[in-house]
Amino acid sequence: MSIDLSQFIPSFLEESFEGLELMESSLLNLDAGDNEIINSIFRAAHSIKGGAGTFGFDNVTEFTHLVETLLDEIRDGRRDITAKDTELLLVSVDCMRLLIEAARDDADYDQDKITETTHLLEQTLEIDGPASHIEIAKSDEDTQEPAGKIWHITFIPEHHLVQTGNDPLLLFSALADLGELTLKAKTDLLPAITEMDATELYISWELSLISDASEEDIREVFEWVEDECKLEIVELEVSPKSSSSETQDSLRNSASVDPEISDSQTALVTEQPASAIQSSEKIEKIEKNKTKTKQDSGSIRVGVDKVDSLINLMGELVITQSMLSELGNDFEISKLEKLKSGLDQLLQNTKELQESVMKIRMLPISFAFNRFPRLVHDLSIKTGKEINLVIRGEQTELDKTVMEQIGDPLVHLVRNAVDHGIESSDMRIANGKPKSGTITLDAYHQGGNIIIEISDDGGGINREAVLSKAIEKGLVDSGATLSDSQVFDLLFEPGFSTAKEISDISGRGVGMDVVKRNIQSLGGRIQVESQPGIGSKFKVNLPLTLAILDGQLVRVGTEVYIIPLITIVESLQAKEEFINKVSGDMTLYRLRDDNVPVIPIYQLFDLPADTKEVNNALLVVVEADGQKVGLLVDDLLAQQQVVIKSLKDNYQQVEGISGATILGDGSVAMILDVPGMIEMAMKRAQEKQNEHILEGALV
Amino acid sequence: MDIQALAKDIPEQGEYSLEGIDFITSGKQYLTFLLGEEQYAVDILCVEEIRSWEQPTVIPNAPKYVKGVINMRGIIVPIIDLRLKFNIGQATYSDITVVIVLTVEIEDQSRTIGFVVDAVSDVLNAEDNEIKNSPYFGGCVPQSCIDGLINVGAKVVTLLNVETLQLIEKHKVD
Repeated sequence: MSIDLSQFIPSFLEESFEGLELMESSLLNLDAGDNEIINSIFRAAHSIKGGAGTFGFDNVTEFTHLVETLLDEIRDGRRDITAKDTELLLVSVDCMRLLIEAARDDADYDQDKITETTHLLEQTLEIDGPASHIEIAKSDEDTQEPAGKIWHITFIPEHHLVQTGNDPLLLFSALADLGELTLKAKTDLLPAITEMDATELYISWELSLISDASEEDIREVFEWVEDECKLEIVELEVSPKSSSSETQDSLRNSASVDPEISDSQTALVTEQPASAIQSSEKIEKIEKNKTKTKQDSGSIRVGVDKVDSLINLMGELVITQSMLSELGNDFEISKLEKLKSGLDQLLQNTKELQESVMKIRMLPISFAFNRFPRLVHDLSIKTGKEINLVIRGEQTELDKTVMEQIGDPLVHLVRNAVDHGIESSDMRIANGKPKSGTITLDAYHQGGNIIIEISDDGGGINREAVLSKAIEKGLVDSGATLSDSQVFDLLFEPGFSTAKEISDISGRGVGMDVVKRNIQSLGGRIQVESQPGIGSKFKVNLPLTLAILDGQLVRVGTEVYIIPLITIVESLQAKEEFINKVSGDMTLYRLRDDNVPVIPIYQLFDLPADTKEVNNALLVVVEADGQKVGLLVDDLLAQQQVVIKSLKDNYQQVEGISGATILGDGSVAMILDVPGMIEMAMKRAQEKQNEHILEGALV
Repeated sequence: MDIQALAKDIPEQGEYSLEGIDFITSGKQYLTFLLGEEQYAVDILCVEEIRSWEQPTVIPNAPKYVKGVINMRGIIVPIIDLRLKFNIGQATYSDITVVIVLTVEIEDQSRTIGFVVDAVSDVLNAEDNEIKNSPYFGGCVPQSCIDGLINVGAKVVTLLNVETLQLIEKHKVD
């Protein structure tokens, strides 16, 4: 039996990274004495080791073996886990990731780090070495005076058990670890030698285990074969010592009845190629984890329910299609109504299909949030601050592409919160706050957007420091009065940092501008709220998906533009009494209490247009970055969903335009980038002002 | 099968020796087109398609020679008027005005741009050694866009470098 193993390697890698993630998050949640967590960490390490061995990633196997040994000692209670151990295990997880990544890319890795960690692991194990021997010795003693319950286990495997890669011998040795095991092989199912198939298993067993393990512990051993055997686990009454040893003896005797047959069985089992064992185990596991998805892989795992709904919709679409084509075969004008309803149905189907397809790309944001517990853990050690991380709304879904691109900006914001936001413990106590700071990550949906909030209960942003720094850098005039949000926006200027000392975490003044740019390139925006002494909150507002948006089509001259519906506050016809001209050539429109500046699109984009006068013209009031503006348009056309196409692919980024789309008639229409347009208009106004100032100076 | 064996009477050398089947050549093929009175050529393998002129969607605040973008089977393709870009001839749009759509792979990224020219004229075969260096005496076409000159009879065809043509628009507009 030979299997091309290489086809399983991607699955192995994917699963290993998942395992590593699990190990990491479990390690961070580790409370002493919680066996379930330790077990899950151990299992993850164990399957990585097994897989790596199968695929010949020997360095991974060797390294993981050490980790596993350490975990095993912890699991068996032979070692009390200390903070140092947790740290070492976290570093080990990093090393394993490094090794597996190297194996994936067939690249070199940081050998020093691995060697160093290997030494550390060996040292740690070494210290414990003697203790573990004592432990073994003790367990020997235990055997002499068997304590605990007597379990009687009937294990009748199905004939094909070994074909699925399971080895009863391994199960028995695992059971033997739990206590004293005696077993009896039953050969009553054995067929005649001529009918015997060498790849099938005909033997069943009766086992007796003397152990203080619980039934669950025993069942766990059979976890992998549960579905492929008849398993009965019965606890015999706790008998006095003498009778227990009697039972034992009798079992021992019976076990020795057919030594040859159990030997032959052993041979049979060991003949199974190890590879088959591992790979089949893997496939099984992959199926179990279907809903999980790796962070930045090129593939998505999709829940069966999502696929099913797609298939259902597809079926409806086919029905509609056949109905329409039948209608088209002998069409008469009297059937127009029927055609219309058919087309309506088609529209409905298409919309639903589109929604379902988009859902496939949606992933819970926990994939982006996963890395933060570790990050905060590491940073809090580095900075010596005590920090709790609270994560909420991790099931909020958003588009995979958005998720991949929002990761780094979020990391930056969290780093900032740790480094600049949270004060040192001493300072917190002096200010009457709890000793440990709290950073909260929250995600939720709002309209068609997802909001991610990163808040800390630290010292808040020092308004004065930001302002004086900005004046020093010449970003603001010293006389200017700025609102809080304007001051906080200065943080996103390139090269801006108010940190008194530059740490290696943050404070070099690079980054926040990049954060803002990244978020904007995703069509999102970022807002800052801060209260001195209470804390700061960064609010990131992102579109759910990058592929499709709801748009309002507008006409300017001969061109059609699309305004994202989400930015639109309202559309109105300008009335003369609300139009005000201020400071020469700026037009303001009074919208209830607000004065909204009017941006004529034709002016901004240098186009011919029908309407140049604001009076009676159509204004689309849009909002971005908390600023409302009125866009002057010639006509309001339809509202529709548009598929966003990038201009960057074949051309370049265009100011004021976020992309293009193809309309129903095949023509191209530009999608307006509202924040970009506001920025453009402000820049132009600034330039004009400068010109005036220059002219004034010349006069 | 050796194609020369099929036509053994015909001499192996010579540019236009095989009337009608002049594609038998070891050299490359070039699409020639007109800008005003002048002949230009691009590598034919880069030509995605030749379209008739249609009014594209305007890109706001783009330079004059960027006429806009069109939809080519779902791809947004910018349209650049080479006559305006190189300042050759008159930028008029008539029935024979065509757009040559070129696709070039640059650093693993494929870029597709349409170029407006006055007319497409011919397919030209040229061996590498027939391509002469272009003398540099100024002119409207930037030297980096020119790969060389090819003599065709008494006329000369300027061979344009498709990669630099594609990158023309990468630079930020002043």
